[in-house]
Amino acid sequence: MSEQAKPEQILILEFTLKSLDFMRAGEASSEFKQRLKKLGFKPELVRRAAIAAYEAEMNVIIHARKGVMRFEIAPARLLIVVEDEGPGISDIEQAMQEGFTTASAAIRELGFGAGMGLPNIKRCADAMDIQSIPGQGTRLQIIINNE
Amino acid sequence: MKLAHIQQILQAEVLTGAGSLDREVGMAFSADLISDILVMCKEHTLLLTGMTHIQIVKTAEICDLAAVVFVRGKRPGPEAIALAAQNDIPLLLSSLTMYESAGLLYCAGLPGISRNPDPCGRAKGERTG
Repeated sequence: MSEQAKPEQILILEFTLKSLDFMRAGEASSEFKQRLKKLGFKPELVRRAAIAAYEAEMNVIIHARKGVMRFEIAPARLLIVVEDEGPGISDIEQAMQEGFTTASAAIRELGFGAGMGLPNIKRCADAMDIQSIPGQGTRLQIIINNE
Repeated sequence: MKLAHIQQILQAEVLTGAGSLDREVGMAFSADLISDILVMCKEHTLLLTGMTHIQIVKTAEICDLAAVVFVRGKRPGPEAIALAAQNDIPLLLSSLTMYESAGLLYCAGLPGISRNPDPCGRAKGERTG
């Protein structure tokens, strides 16, 4: 993890994610959540942000080769950007449908990969954007406003 | 309902969090799918599950779950128990099945996540015994 403070009270946390690293999976989102709690964000917002982050983090662990997860924490807005190198998503509209999944049987045995991650991120976020190049990777951006 | 009462009803072993048994639990949810927990669970919920890998504890932490009950005698590994202890998430182990565990708690008055205040229809006299 790396950390830097920007002007205007923006705290940036950055983590690298590795494919199928289930021992460390979730650590980035957990650290993000702990920071939000310590900074005094409302519990409902912390929970919503943590769930969106965890879904996004697990997507990289499950589907990509590696990735970088960056959190920008500002008083009025939380920004989560996840960029991965991996197979990408060929049909984003299809991937947004609840129940659609390309996860392996082994991943589904762990209780993940039910095709509910991206729709759940959308539910938790105030704004979400996915850009993907099949065969190269995916960039996911999540915005959560602190109103 | 206090965790201590839940432990008693399920005849559960406390794997960690023995000091937190006076914690109040407002509702419960059963799942063997992490995706379901992430979509459905509300904060301070008791989770009943048959999954024992460490991601259950990580998911419980992310979702602010009150405690986790492992059913049908399925015991999580030491890493999962240690992580739960570190995050103050009590873990219970019951030899009862998921169905039996959920049924006993439901009829003892612990509602599901849709917050049904009267799970067994007691107020209307629909339930006997």
